[in-house]
Amino acid sequence: MDFTNACELIELCEKSGKSVADIMREREIVQGETDAVTVEEKMKKALEIMRDSAHTPIKSALRSTGGLIGGEAAKLNAHRMAGKSICSGVLSKALIYSQAVPEMNASMGVIVAAPTAGSAGVLPAVLFALEEEFELSDETVIDGLFTAGAVGYLLMRNASVAGAQAGCQAEVGSASAMAAAAAVAMMGGGVKECLDAASVSLSNLLGLVCDPIAGLVEAPCQSRNAIGAANALTSAEMALSGIKAVIPFDEMAQSMYTVGCKLPNELRETALGGCAATPTGCALKCKIFCEG
Amino acid sequence: MAFISVFDVIGPNMVGPSSSHTAGAATIGLLARKMIGEQIKKVNFVLYGSFAKTYKGHGTDRALLGGILGFSTDDVRIRDSFELAKWENIEYSYECNETEEDVYPNTVDVEMESVSGRKLVVRGESIGGGKVRLTRINSVKVHFTGEYHALIVKYRDVPGVVASVTTVLSNYDVNIAYLRVFRESKGGIAYTIVESDEEITADAVEEMKKNSVIEDIMVVRR
Repeated sequence: MDFTNACELIELCEKSGKSVADIMREREIVQGETDAVTVEEKMKKALEIMRDSAHTPIKSALRSTGGLIGGEAAKLNAHRMAGKSICSGVLSKALIYSQAVPEMNASMGVIVAAPTAGSAGVLPAVLFALEEEFELSDETVIDGLFTAGAVGYLLMRNASVAGAQAGCQAEVGSASAMAAAAAVAMMGGGVKECLDAASVSLSNLLGLVCDPIAGLVEAPCQSRNAIGAANALTSAEMALSGIKAVIPFDEMAQSMYTVGCKLPNELRETALGGCAATPTGCALKCKIFCEG
Repeated sequence: MAFISVFDVIGPNMVGPSSSHTAGAATIGLLARKMIGEQIKKVNFVLYGSFAKTYKGHGTDRALLGGILGFSTDDVRIRDSFELAKWENIEYSYECNETEEDVYPNTVDVEMESVSGRKLVVRGESIGGGKVRLTRINSVKVHFTGEYHALIVKYRDVPGVVASVTTVLSNYDVNIAYLRVFRESKGGIAYTIVESDEEITADAVEEMKKNSVIEDIMVVRR
């Protein structure tokens, strides 16, 4: 029991009448030579860490190792609590969590890479915002994680999730596609809607470069997690409303990879281009490494 | 193609900020600790490539030392590894080698000395997403990942050693996933590295040591 692309996943789901999450569970048990209890326990543990990393920085601001970020989640939360949020609802919550996890990560806290450490805020942001606003069960959230895992696996297998290889579109873009599929599944959508949302998410962030200031996983990584989460929610809503993706997921994944390989070296995690190469970016790098 | 687990995607669970520079570094340190298999007195890390350039901002130094202290990638004690190493009387140091270019971007040589005076140098490479490979033991080029149980047999390069090792493994019902043989030169120091599904017991190791050309055996549990 295995699938190597989205077409095969859709076929498996439709033939068996099972969800993406259940197909992904079965694949893990069979191909990973393990059992259902172990797989479920491991995922629960990941969820627990995600939950903690999305909430801790709201209560107390965490300063990053490089000093470029820290305190964003608490600021956003205070803004929301004061009734001033212009995003409101699910989006404002997702925004807070999307900033909290990178804060945790950059201060050497414990996070779950999903699919990478730099993009680790996107999936928890979407999961917990929906969980709280729609009062979803833990089981539904775990199903969301397995659904996201299926999409992430396909991208890891057939494209790339490494910024050094294919830019930020492969990290935050992939995380966004995973979160979009999870959101659709958690809100009752089927396999085709999940993959439509994932495909649209990828296409929206196509070409996004990886340009970390001073080479650190801080800025612009943190705020890009916000755009990854927002993009996932809008793509999910489109799919749930019945809008189909123009480009099928498998073709979109291939395209993301091709675009990534065409990005110049300077824009693939080398900290030689984009934000990192601006005068301010260079000055910050000097401040961190020459004076620190 | 190697199996991609759902936990390779939703994971690893790790102390931030970077899967390659922090989690991978901790894993290399932990593998090195398992290989020397004795209380470590002194450790020096030689950092290459991107490790050398950005190790401070990524906590690579703390993560490497954390691994030496026995911490896994998601152990928050990594943050305090300098203090904890002092507590355990482990001397540690770091040096950057930015001149050697013929190395993988995220590479480290872990130079260890145990309290009993045993010395071991291992080279680790962090290859992304927290995954690592060990590519050198002392001066011999090798290859293994730590994703399986590993048995590392050091011996003088003469005929029959691999056969004697695999016979013991067979007697102890150990299924070999991978077996690779490395040597410095013909008749010189050689290593056989077995990666297996089952754990290799102390009894099996004792049995193997009966072969007098075997100089050392290291067991790295998954």
